[in-house]
Amino acid sequence: MSAAGVPRKRNHDFLIKGARPLGRESTDLLIRDGVIAEIGSGLSSAGAGIVDADGLVALPGLVDMHVHLREPGREDAETVETGSRAAALGGFTAVCAMPNTSPVADSAGVVEQVLHLGLQAGLVDVQPIGAVTVGQAGERLAELAAMADSAARVRVFSDDGYCVADPRLMRRALEYVKAFDGVIAQHAEEARLTAGAQMHEGDVAVRLGLPGWPSVAEETIIARDALLAEHVGSRLHVCHVSTAGGVEIIRQAKARGVRITAEATPHHLLLTDVRATGYDPVFKVSPPLRTDADLAALRAALAEGVIDIVATDHAPHTVEDKECEWAQARPGMLGLETALSIVLEVAFDALGWDGIAERMSRAPARIAGLSDHGHDLAVGAPAHLTLVDPTARWTVDSTSLASKSRNTPYAGMTLPGRVVATFLRGEPTVLDGKATR
Amino acid sequence: MIRHLLSAADLDVDRATLVLDTAAELANLASQEVKKLPTLRGRTVVNLFYEDSTRTRISFEAAAKRLSADVINFSARGSSVSKGESLKDTALTLQAMGADAVVIRHPASGAPHRLAEWIDGRVVNAGDGTHEHPTQALLDAYTMRERLGRIAGLRVAIVGDVLHSRVARSNVSLLATLGARVTLVAPPTLLPLGIERALGARLRTSFDLDAVLPESDVVMLLRVQRERMNEAFFPSAREYARCYGLDTARMRRLPQHAIVMHPGPMNRGMEIAPDVADSARSTVVDQVTNGVSVRMAVLYLLLGGSAK
Repeated sequence: MSAAGVPRKRNHDFLIKGARPLGRESTDLLIRDGVIAEIGSGLSSAGAGIVDADGLVALPGLVDMHVHLREPGREDAETVETGSRAAALGGFTAVCAMPNTSPVADSAGVVEQVLHLGLQAGLVDVQPIGAVTVGQAGERLAELAAMADSAARVRVFSDDGYCVADPRLMRRALEYVKAFDGVIAQHAEEARLTAGAQMHEGDVAVRLGLPGWPSVAEETIIARDALLAEHVGSRLHVCHVSTAGGVEIIRQAKARGVRITAEATPHHLLLTDVRATGYDPVFKVSPPLRTDADLAALRAALAEGVIDIVATDHAPHTVEDKECEWAQARPGMLGLETALSIVLEVAFDALGWDGIAERMSRAPARIAGLSDHGHDLAVGAPAHLTLVDPTARWTVDSTSLASKSRNTPYAGMTLPGRVVATFLRGEPTVLDGKATR
Repeated sequence: MIRHLLSAADLDVDRATLVLDTAAELANLASQEVKKLPTLRGRTVVNLFYEDSTRTRISFEAAAKRLSADVINFSARGSSVSKGESLKDTALTLQAMGADAVVIRHPASGAPHRLAEWIDGRVVNAGDGTHEHPTQALLDAYTMRERLGRIAGLRVAIVGDVLHSRVARSNVSLLATLGARVTLVAPPTLLPLGIERALGARLRTSFDLDAVLPESDVVMLLRVQRERMNEAFFPSAREYARCYGLDTARMRRLPQHAIVMHPGPMNRGMEIAPDVADSARSTVVDQVTNGVSVRMAVLYLLLGGSAK
């Protein structure tokens, strides 16, 4: 990514005055040629753009391992450009784009197309994720090495939206990607247990008369995949863990030394299945919103590190796909512009700024193999950073989000923390809370 | 009165009783020579049916017409819906035509809730997916009260495919409101996990119909679709009938006064034996008759109060 992501024009210099890296003592940061050139108090630089960061917290640019940018194929819901803008406004400098596009990103050609759309937008590094199987059909392996060798340098593979159900195929995929230090990111869902499922199988589903998506459908696959990864010694990443039981299986696997990592989404950390009351499909998502007990287990696991990262599963959908009957609506929620605020809301006390940088920048960059991202702010480090006003509170308005779609479950909620500026390779993508392009 | 009837839980004990009492008054009409009241003259009631249901649609149509409302039947088949029009666009069309009430039957749970957000008129849920069918519960309660003189304290067994039954959900809710004690009887695969916790403290469940029958004042049989055995809910229709079907031998286990109910349409020989369906205990025909009165009461109470 770094080679392909070299900016087209020389960076302007920026002097960030009075920022607090990871919430610590305030200092100045001089950005030159895409890297952090100097750190210290009272810095000056002739001709540099001055950014007043008094009271703002500086974080390494956030990294989201799980987004859906919908391009190619569903440009009516999102494009790489609009999704990139939403990401930058959310404080992200890199996002990993899931391959469930049309056509599916299961070949070098499609992942390179997505890569180039990301470069054109220039707001965030867009790292394509490749499909595990041809057409995400779960039948035969896609040309994984060709995607790894392409300009997109794919390291993460996933059939997200679908589970790689066939255990033999999953085993082969886990083994095969060892050759280029790849990782399989699994959408853990035993589909034979979720046929027709509409929401979490529990009390609320019984009352609403909606077919249930049982927690065990997720947990059986996590358990199976952990055993497979252990057997072949490969890396497994579990997408959007949503159940307390899933957390427990991951905890045990990690204790045995299995190379397993896991993500939780902001919505599974904040919302529960009671939101389905009223049948507004903005709350329909896969895996579904679970219970208070699951939410508590996820928060504890995030604090502890059993859940390694927060990933948004940003899933834009058109109005037509959400203003309809619950059963007909497509699952998924927007997440990029609200993620940091929600993590601050639910996990700041447990994580602090350093922990947030770990869960939302360093660890996802490490897992996804994005060597240019996830670095603490130090002299010589790439200038990917975001400046956050920790005292600001803002109310989510679905019509003023940068995403092309409106399906945020947080509309009307007042959340803490506001991204004021984001720098990608030393260039501002967001200034004064507004996208620069 | 409430604005919409989306769920039996919309009715507290006073409102539910008002519906039943109003239905009883309106039932007297049926015995008169001229069966029509002018109450809803000039009002438009739309029957919006996304599922085939001749009996429910006709019942609502008769109810609206006896109150002199103008009735428009809008069925999904042969309409713009089959051309792919969304529920919301259909709702806006009905709104533009000035529908005062929309009676909706829909295969998706919650569709009436969505509709109620998009139109100004009143919405009556005539069955949504596997969620609820509140007017069925009202006509069942009416029938129980008519035959047994009360509802509070009655022991009601609801037998069959509870998992997929909107009739069961609405009955559990309304009967709890009115003070009856409900036992759900089904093979474990057809009872939602944790249903007692989800639907109420007084609710009981059983897998043993023979044990429940002697303690029941009412046994209500649910329609069981044969397709369910293909989804492994039970092994065969014959085994289902053997364990959970009500035949004459089983019926003898009921107390003398007990009644047998079925919302229809019946699978004779599956959940109910033909002799039982046609016996003196059976209220199947009464339920149909009472359905019209109860639906008249619902439309009257939702629409009658406000000036045009």
